[in-house]
Amino acid sequence: MKPVLLSGDEAVARGAHEAGCAVAAAYPGTPSTEILENLARYENVWCQWGSNEKVALEIALGASIGGARALAAMKHVGLNVAADPLLSMGYAGVNGGLVVVSADDPGCHSSQNEQDNRLYAPLAKVAMVEPSDSEECRTYIRAAFDLSEAFDTPVLFRMTTRVCHSKSLVVPGVPRDPAMKPYVRNTGKFALLPTVARVRHRLVEEKLLALEEYANTSPLNRIEWGTSREVGIITSGIAYQHAREVFGDGASYLKLGLTFPLPSKLIRTFARSVSRLYVIEEGEPYLETKVRLLGFDCIGKELVPLCGELDAGILRAAFLPQPSPAGQKEDAPALPVAPPRPPVLCAGCPHRGFYTALGKRKKSVVGVGDIGCYGLGVNPPLEGFDYSICMGSSFSSAIGFSRALAQSGDARKVFAILGDSTFFHSGIPGLVDAVHLGANVCCCILDNRITAMTGHQETPGTARDLMGNEVVPVDVVALVKATGLPEERIRVVDPLDLAATGAAMDEAIAAQGPFVIVSRRPCVLLKDVAKSLEGQWCEVDQKLCRQCRQCLKIGCPAIASKEGRIVIDDPVLCTGCGLCMQVCPFGAIRKGGSVR
Amino acid sequence: MSGREERNILLVGVGGQGTILTSKILSQGLVDLGYDVKMSEIHGMAQRGGSVSTQIKYGRKIYAPNIGPGEADLLVAFEKAEALRWFPWLRKGGILVLDPREIYPVPVLTGAATYPENVVESLSAVVENLRVAPAAKVANELGSPRSQNMVLLGALVSLLGLEGAAWKDLVARFVPPKARDVNLLAFERGAALVMR
Repeated sequence: MKPVLLSGDEAVARGAHEAGCAVAAAYPGTPSTEILENLARYENVWCQWGSNEKVALEIALGASIGGARALAAMKHVGLNVAADPLLSMGYAGVNGGLVVVSADDPGCHSSQNEQDNRLYAPLAKVAMVEPSDSEECRTYIRAAFDLSEAFDTPVLFRMTTRVCHSKSLVVPGVPRDPAMKPYVRNTGKFALLPTVARVRHRLVEEKLLALEEYANTSPLNRIEWGTSREVGIITSGIAYQHAREVFGDGASYLKLGLTFPLPSKLIRTFARSVSRLYVIEEGEPYLETKVRLLGFDCIGKELVPLCGELDAGILRAAFLPQPSPAGQKEDAPALPVAPPRPPVLCAGCPHRGFYTALGKRKKSVVGVGDIGCYGLGVNPPLEGFDYSICMGSSFSSAIGFSRALAQSGDARKVFAILGDSTFFHSGIPGLVDAVHLGANVCCCILDNRITAMTGHQETPGTARDLMGNEVVPVDVVALVKATGLPEERIRVVDPLDLAATGAAMDEAIAAQGPFVIVSRRPCVLLKDVAKSLEGQWCEVDQKLCRQCRQCLKIGCPAIASKEGRIVIDDPVLCTGCGLCMQVCPFGAIRKGGSVR
Repeated sequence: MSGREERNILLVGVGGQGTILTSKILSQGLVDLGYDVKMSEIHGMAQRGGSVSTQIKYGRKIYAPNIGPGEADLLVAFEKAEALRWFPWLRKGGILVLDPREIYPVPVLTGAATYPENVVESLSAVVENLRVAPAAKVANELGSPRSQNMVLLGALVSLLGLEGAAWKDLVARFVPPKARDVNLLAFERGAALVMR
C-alpha cells in the first residue's frame, strides 16, 4: 500500500486494527486521546470510553481473559489510576493479547507532571515496548499483541507526546482476523487469591527471565553500526530520533524497542564494541541505571537533562558545544518583548459565568480546582481557585482542606470545583465522603455535557457513546441526590445567569455542612451549540460606556480596550453570551446580533 | 534542496487560527512531491487561545520531528506578537513571513501587559529576510476572516517554489465542504500575494 502520513496515535489505531484487536477502552487524556477516536472508525473492534482509566483497563483485561485481543489507552497520569489492575494483571497474565498504552508528556505540554512511566514496567513485571515514530507505532503494536500472547504478559506500550502527535509516513499492512481465543475457566491463573498470587509471583519471575532472553534477539532491539565505533549510543523512543539527527551515521546505535526486560547480553556486546558509551534518553535514567548495573561506565544524565522535553538542539549543546547557530544580524538592537499568551476560557464559555459569580464572593470563599478546561479559571483576572493536584482531587481534598482552615479559625467556605467528566472519573467517591462525613464544603459540578479540554469526548452523561450508539445518559443530579443529601442543599443553575448562580453560592456559604451546586450549560464549542449561536454578538454603546473596565474583569478574549475605547473586538469570536452585559453597571453593552 | 539535506518550517500563531490545518495540507503536499516528512504539533491545553506552533521538516530522510531554537529555515507567524515570541527559533539567514494581524492576549485585554509597538520595524532591523504577508487583510476582503490560513498557505507554496503538487485538490479535500470555494480563492490570492 501507498505510504500515508499518520500521527503516532493514528498509527497505533491502525496497527491495533491490523493486529485483530477486538475490544478497546480508554479515558481521554492528551496526548493519548486520538488512539481510541481513530480505532473506533475501524470495523470489528468495540471501542468505548471508560469513566476513568482504571475502568478502561479493567474493560480491556476482562476482554483479554474472555479471549479477545484488547487494548487500553491513557495518558501517563492515567496509568496511576489504572496501576491497581496493571500490577496484578502482571501476575495473572492474559488469554487474548492485552496491550496497555501509556502516553507520557515530557515537557508538561498538557499535564500536571512529567512522570516517566517506563518505571512502571519493572514494578508491574510486564513487558514494555517503545516506538520512536509512526511506522514503529504500527508495527510495534502488532508485535506487542504477539508478544503478549507468546509470553502470557500484558504489554506496556509506552509513547511520548512527540511520538503521539508527530506525523510521519506509514505503510499500512494487511489486517488479520480478530481470531478469538477460547475461554476456559482457570482460577489458578485468574483468581488472584493469596494462595494463587504466591504461585503466580514465582511464575512471573521465570517468565521475565525468558522474556529477557528473547529481548537479546528480538527484532525490536537492533544495533545500527555507524561508519565508526568510536561513539556508541544506547537509546529508545523519541530520543533515538534526536540522537540520529545530532550524531548521524558517524556514531553507532543500540536502538531499543523492547525495553523491559532489558537485553543484558545485547547491551554488553554493544558496550564492549565501542570506545565511548552514551546513553541518550528523555526523563529518568532508566536505561542508564541498567547499563551501570551491568558494569559499564557511560555518559548519560550528567549531560542529558532529567527535566523537560528533549530536542536535537539540547543534545547538540550538551555533546557538541559550539557557538549557537541562532540569531540574525550582528549587533542587532533588542527586540520588544512578546506579551504572555496563556490559554484562556473561550468567549461564551459557561465556566466564565461560574467564576465571575464566585469572584464577587472572594472574601467568603476559597476555591479548590481540578483537571479540565475549568482549570484555566485559576489565572487572572478570574483567579477562581487556589490549588489543583490531580483528577477528582478537588472534592476529596476539600474535606481535609476545610477541616484545616476551620481549625485555624479561617471561616471561609471551601468551594470544590470539577467538571462533569471529572465527576464521573473520580469525583463521585469524594462527594460520597463529603456528604457522609458532613464536610463543610460546597461541591460544584461544572456540567458542560462533554469532556471539553481533550476535544469533546463523550462522558457517561452524554446520550451517545464513542461508536455513535444511543446510550442511557447517566443523570448527574440523580447521582448527587442518591447520596442522601437533602434537596434544599442541591442547586442546579445556569452559570450565564449571574444572579441565580450568585444566589445559589450565597445559600451554600450560609449553610454549614455539605452543599452541591450543579452549574449546567453545554460547552460553547459543541457543534449544535455553536450553530445555534451563529450571528449573535454583543456591542458596546460608546455613549454610555464610562470606561469602568468591569467588563474586562471577566477575562473574555472577545472584549478589549483598544485606542481608549472598550470594544467587542471580534464579533466572530463573541457568542453573545451576555455575561459582559450583566457585569456592566451602566447598561452600555447590548446584543448586536439576532436576539435570543 | 541544494546544500543541506532538509528544510525546517515552523508555523506559529494563536489557537483557533488554523495553523494545524495549514500544516496538514502543506505536509501532505510535500509527501506527494516525494519528500520524507515529519510534522509535529502540540494540542490540548494550548488550543484555548494560547500560543501554538506546528513544525514541519522535510527532505530525503528526517529523524527528529521537532525544531529547536535557531533551527527553523522558515518561520511563519500568523500573528504579529507571535513572531516576536518565536523569533529565536529562526536560524541565521532564515526567512520570517509575518502577517501583521494583531490578536490581543487576555493579559493585554485586562491591562496586565501591553501589546508591543513597532514590531515589524524592530524585526526588520534584526531579520535579514523579513516578508510581510497581509493574509488576514486579504481574507477579510474575501469576506472570510477564517481563511487567513489558506492565504498564507498559497503564499508559502509560491515562496518555497513547491508548485508541483496538486495543492488546490488538497485544499478542497481538507477544508469543510461549505467553506471550500472561499478557501480555494484564498489559496489563489495567497499564491499571487506580493510580500514586502
